[in-house]
Amino acid sequence: MEPLLEMKDIYQAYGKNLVIRNLFLTLKKGQIGCLLGPSGCGKTSVLRTIAGFEKILSGEIMLHGKSVSRNGLSVPPEKRRIGMVFQDYALFPHLTVFDNVAFGLKTDNKARKLTLVSELLEKMDLDRISERYPHELSGGQQQRVALARSLAPGPDLLLMDEPFSNLDATLRESLSLSVRKILKESGATALMVTHNQSEAFAMADEIGVMYEGKIIQWDSAYNLYHRPNSLIVADFVGDGVLLPAVINSNGKVETALGTLDGETVGPVPGGKTAKILIRPEDAVHEDDSPQKAQVVDKAFRGASILYTLLLPGGEKVLSLVPSHHKHPIGSHIGIRAEVTDLVLF
Amino acid sequence: MIIRRLGSNLLPARPSAWRLFAALFAAAVMIPLSIILLSFTKPAGDVWRHLSQTLLTDLIINTLKLAIGVGTVTAILGVSLAWLTAVCEFPGRKFFTWSLFLPLAFPTYVLAFVFLGMLDYSSPLQILLRQHSLPTLSGFRSSWGVIFVMSLSLYPYVYLLARDAFSTQGKRALEAAQSLGHTKTEGFFKVALPMARPWIAGGLMLVLMEVLADFGAVSIFNYDTFTTAIYKAWFGFFSLTAAAQLSSILVVFALIILGIENSLRSRMQFTSMGRDAFRKERLHLRGAMKVFAVSYAFLILFVSFVVPVIQLILWTTASFRYEFSSRYFDFLGHSLVLGIITAAIICLLALILSYAGRHHPDILSSILTRICTMGYALPGTVLAIGIFIPVAAADGFLASVAGALLNVEPGPVLQGTIFVMVAAYIVRFMAPGFNSIDSSMRRITRSIDESARTLGSKGLPMLYRIHLPILKGGLFSAAALVFVDVMKEMPITLMTRPFGWDTLAVKIFELTSEGEWERAALPALTLILVGIIPVALLTRQADD
Amino acid sequence: MTGKYIAMLIMVAIVTLGVIPSTFADEVVVYSARKEHLIKPLFDLYTKETGTKVRYITGNAGALMQRIKAEGSRTRADILLTVDAGNLWHAADEGLFQPVKSRVLEKNIPSHLRDPGNRWFGLSVRARTIAYNTDRVSPEELSTYEDLGSPKWKGRLILRTSKKVYNQSLTAMLIVEHGLEKTEDIIRSWVHNLSTEPFSSDTKVLESIAAGQGDVGIINTYYFGRLMKKKPGLPLALFWPDQDGNGVHVNISGAGVTTHARHRGKAMKLLEWLSTPAAQTIFADSNMEYPVHSDAKLHSIVKSWGSFRENLINVSRGGELQAEAIRLMDRAGYR
Repeated sequence: MEPLLEMKDIYQAYGKNLVIRNLFLTLKKGQIGCLLGPSGCGKTSVLRTIAGFEKILSGEIMLHGKSVSRNGLSVPPEKRRIGMVFQDYALFPHLTVFDNVAFGLKTDNKARKLTLVSELLEKMDLDRISERYPHELSGGQQQRVALARSLAPGPDLLLMDEPFSNLDATLRESLSLSVRKILKESGATALMVTHNQSEAFAMADEIGVMYEGKIIQWDSAYNLYHRPNSLIVADFVGDGVLLPAVINSNGKVETALGTLDGETVGPVPGGKTAKILIRPEDAVHEDDSPQKAQVVDKAFRGASILYTLLLPGGEKVLSLVPSHHKHPIGSHIGIRAEVTDLVLF
Repeated sequence: MIIRRLGSNLLPARPSAWRLFAALFAAAVMIPLSIILLSFTKPAGDVWRHLSQTLLTDLIINTLKLAIGVGTVTAILGVSLAWLTAVCEFPGRKFFTWSLFLPLAFPTYVLAFVFLGMLDYSSPLQILLRQHSLPTLSGFRSSWGVIFVMSLSLYPYVYLLARDAFSTQGKRALEAAQSLGHTKTEGFFKVALPMARPWIAGGLMLVLMEVLADFGAVSIFNYDTFTTAIYKAWFGFFSLTAAAQLSSILVVFALIILGIENSLRSRMQFTSMGRDAFRKERLHLRGAMKVFAVSYAFLILFVSFVVPVIQLILWTTASFRYEFSSRYFDFLGHSLVLGIITAAIICLLALILSYAGRHHPDILSSILTRICTMGYALPGTVLAIGIFIPVAAADGFLASVAGALLNVEPGPVLQGTIFVMVAAYIVRFMAPGFNSIDSSMRRITRSIDESARTLGSKGLPMLYRIHLPILKGGLFSAAALVFVDVMKEMPITLMTRPFGWDTLAVKIFELTSEGEWERAALPALTLILVGIIPVALLTRQADD
Repeated sequence: MTGKYIAMLIMVAIVTLGVIPSTFADEVVVYSARKEHLIKPLFDLYTKETGTKVRYITGNAGALMQRIKAEGSRTRADILLTVDAGNLWHAADEGLFQPVKSRVLEKNIPSHLRDPGNRWFGLSVRARTIAYNTDRVSPEELSTYEDLGSPKWKGRLILRTSKKVYNQSLTAMLIVEHGLEKTEDIIRSWVHNLSTEPFSSDTKVLESIAAGQGDVGIINTYYFGRLMKKKPGLPLALFWPDQDGNGVHVNISGAGVTTHARHRGKAMKLLEWLSTPAAQTIFADSNMEYPVHSDAKLHSIVKSWGSFRENLINVSRGGELQAEAIRLMDRAGYR
């Protein structure tokens, strides 16, 4: 399928500060993409260049195969058919919910407008509050109004800047699922930006981890987690530790957790020693395992407990254990390595 | 101008000391107001009959013309300049941002005599133009001239407030509109402008009140308005009653304006919609727009400030030799002292009043604040009378008490003291002080209060540690505005000043009323130079 | 509660502050509508000669009168000094003045320049006369006040606003001379002849005549004197109208002792001193007015204008008819 959005080798700066560098990104129609990264990594700037609020230094942005931003050309935001949900929603305080949502509809046909907006409001469960003003709404309602408003004109691409960051955790979860559902139902293509990985995992088909203005890895959630292409990604996505590893003559990887079977990901480092990424679920707890480790810390997570374990060699690993396995700090428990993807650096 | 604070139950609605104070203060303000309004119980039929037969229609038309004219021009100037400096980027923007406030230091009456002195038929400029058979400007002494002069000196009120609105939300409003398929122009008119409406309306409110209360400028132009009719009733017919009755019509005017503004706002709550994060990114103007922006801002600054200042300097150099004396330091000192004292007291009172509204966000509060800020729409002289009569009565009481206790017969106790003067200033200038403070009070959200309380801070400590730092800006602009206003104030000062308390404004009055504009330039220039300081400081903190 | 004590302290302080100034005995307090720079030299001289301190505030006449009225029996004002007989008449009418029997004042001041009831006394005279542009008008063309309404002056007359009391008094005097109806016709014809909207000051009237915006106007003599002193080259001259009739209209600045004066004797002394030739010379000189005392010397510039016959109707009539005059001017459309 023809890509809807293509960004090729984008550079952008505020003054002398390069905020985006060497950035490539492709989004297919109907796909929900997400840029994940710590604050200040330039992810919001990417959205703003796509929307046309910021000019780029070099590179090219294409929508439907047509160039919208490149050196010497910048299609104004209003001509790009791109919707945007702002982090603070930017609802118009002087307009009702209905008028906010209807704002982007260019039709003069009142009846048509009414139908369109009403349908949308109903779908978003906003129909009962359509005559209220933004300040009279709860955070979740405001968020849905902002989404409805940007969906109303039927944009080709929807950009969402930290859309759930102003909401509490429970609301965030339920909303992100329902927003994904709405987007998928309407066949929308969307690109969102967040620093919260669970949000990204819940919403996106593909996720790009951004760091210092670059996309380090553009991949599925699974791959980002289990097959990070770099230390940066490994570090930013999920928990885990790096253990020293030695690659033996058989090509097997030996660590403090023993010799590991599994598929190595990426190029094996040239030297014989390396570091291997061990996720908490890679160190499985088994009471009768011969390998023992000492509990030095624990964090209750509901379904599971995250144990920090000290190996006899002095290395630490994390282990995610079903939460009925209660072990006091200081006690020794049995563990077994079960690593499918061997990520070596 | 009270921006409606929302939330039905902000804080527990125990009738607090705040409210008690607001009620007391409103009651105190009501005294002069009611003395003016009570004038209707006395007959002044003959004056009214005469006025209605001869001048009344003209007066109303003239006053409306002025209000509409000045309102329109200040709105256009204030909003456009605010937009350019708050949202756009063009060469010299930073300079224009603060310098465009400067005309605020000009009293309208000074600008009036400066421009008349420059553009009237007998002015050197016009004579020169005629001598060289160049096109001349005629008919400046007309409603157009008055509108021109008043607009130039009053637009900063709109500019100040509109700028505040645009700089917090203007750019973001545009972006939101653009992301919904509207052009920047559409976004400006459909979103940014309507969103800034409460601020613009607030600025216009101040402008209109100044227009209604102005006496100096219109009398220099010999332009008949309601205020001049008040003076005529009083000083021509010696009917204080008729004067007070006419004034109460002004009060009603002001109330109607406030009412309209309030109903416009109805259910809207205008909070800043964006964060300040994007403030630094401005719309970079290019090409023709850039040239236009620079020349437009320059033109306004040039006409409203540079030209009059140059004219004043020219006049001052011509008259300095015989006009200047060491007494000018006294005039200046008095102006300063009065300005500072009044500014300090108003800040304190406005703060308390604003808190009262915050603690009790209900109709009663908005009525009380409205009463407390009503004085702004009253011509100073009328207000002075409204204060004078009760003060004289209070004096009578004090004198009899003191006489009984101390066995002396005291002279006037309060009268002819700076207490009366400052009290009159406070009633008159509560509005600009209160508005600045209240608008920054609105920035203290409920959650700030609540978080402070959870951290164990409440009452005075909370005020000191949390609110004051946030309110600092508002307090400062309140103080600066009031200070400049007091410096410029003329009728109250004339009426109520104690012996030897002549100020720069008094001096200007004495000289201009005799047509000695050249000599009035020295005190006027001094007044403006002093006024520039707080105005410039005000602007510095208004930006970035 | 401490607040209570503080309030009491403030009260006591205020009362004490109020008491102290009023106990200075050797002083006299003047509320003056005459501008400060005109009265200060005189008062300084008086203090030097007699040791009596003169305290004063200046302001708008109406406002000062209102203030005295509001202050009632506790007023500090001993003397109200104001310009225009109209104001003086009103002050007397409102009971702000007390009658003063003084042979000195009666001797020094002509009877038509003081209140028949001895409540106020003229201290200087200004003529409200005609000024014209010497390049465009020859004095032969001019004759009387009412003549300024004749068709030949169409589009050539310049006036100050009718809101100024000087014009109100002038109109009032015309009413005394000609009656209501005739006066209204005169004013109407003036308005008809105006070359531009009325000005807010006499100085501007003169400057506009000099610039040629109009050719003739009505002004107080001292404004002419002041302007000519500053810009001697202006093509302006004075004309004394009505010399074959009732004479030039004069008005006064004057003063009276207030009803509740605390220093009645001293106030009287000051008034008497002001009417002496020496003081009169300064009084008139400082503002290029005419002294009321015939022995006082004229300012050299004033002298150069020549002598004229003045209208001898008592100036108080101007006050009596002031309200009538305003109504008349309003009816006639004189702004």
